[in-house]
Amino acid sequence: MTYLFMAYSVIWTLIAGYVVVLGRRQKELKKELQLLEEWNSEK
Amino acid sequence: MKKNSGIIDRLLFFTLVPSFFIALYLVFIWSPVEKFMGAPQKIFYFHVGCAWVAFMAFVIVGYYSVRTLINPNMDHHIKAGISAEIGVIFTTITLVTGMIWGKSSWNTWWTWEPRLATTLILWFIYVAYLFVRKMDGSWEKIAKLSAVFGIIGVINVPIVFMAIRWWNTKLHPVVFGDGKNQQGGGIEPDMLVALLFSIFTITVLYAFLMRKGVEIEKMRHIVKKAKTKAMEKLAG
Repeated sequence: MTYLFMAYSVIWTLIAGYVVVLGRRQKELKKELQLLEEWNSEK
Repeated sequence: MKKNSGIIDRLLFFTLVPSFFIALYLVFIWSPVEKFMGAPQKIFYFHVGCAWVAFMAFVIVGYYSVRTLINPNMDHHIKAGISAEIGVIFTTITLVTGMIWGKSSWNTWWTWEPRLATTLILWFIYVAYLFVRKMDGSWEKIAKLSAVFGIIGVINVPIVFMAIRWWNTKLHPVVFGDGKNQQGGGIEPDMLVALLFSIFTITVLYAFLMRKGVEIEKMRHIVKKAKTKAMEKLAG
């Protein structure tokens, strides 16, 4: 049972990790877009 | 086009969520416990599913790599890159869950058995591929260089699949078809349903992650271009 728990923990952790990485990339892009918009409106 | 894209994303998401719960039900409750290996055998369903999807992801990398070599295109370059990332994640899952399963069944974390060794080589090739993509230089140059890695890697996919059938292996059983010195053991119908549904669920997950990843990467490229233009304007 310990091995089964270990295996499925690895599966969920790695999948969740990749989803978090994608989320971070999206967040960073939103920030950069906001900066660009601000810069554009100031011009 | 954008509207359709939103519908596909939602469709994938609303297929994925219930599919995961159904897959977990089929794996943990519906499918019988294997007589000899016991509960750890249930690792098999997601282990095989992830391996299958990793193979598919690398075949897609190969496809877009060939297209990139023929005609360098940012869209193909991005799709190959995201597919490789997902493929590496799923190969990592396959390797680690395989090690855990190996420890429970063979009493060893690792053995240089053909399937394990070729899978590890596949993993290294695509990790190298991802590093090549991070190199400095013009995107066309990087796209072509990484495409070569992508094609070399995809050649290894059938080798990994056939490893237990071509070479004599005592540890990794052949389930479907026949091996060199062994006949495929087959699988119980209930277990087969759980396996096929797990593969389906992980394939939907791949499609969902792929679409999200490509969308973000395309947007990043647009933002990068806009930033360069803004900097040029500022300098000019």
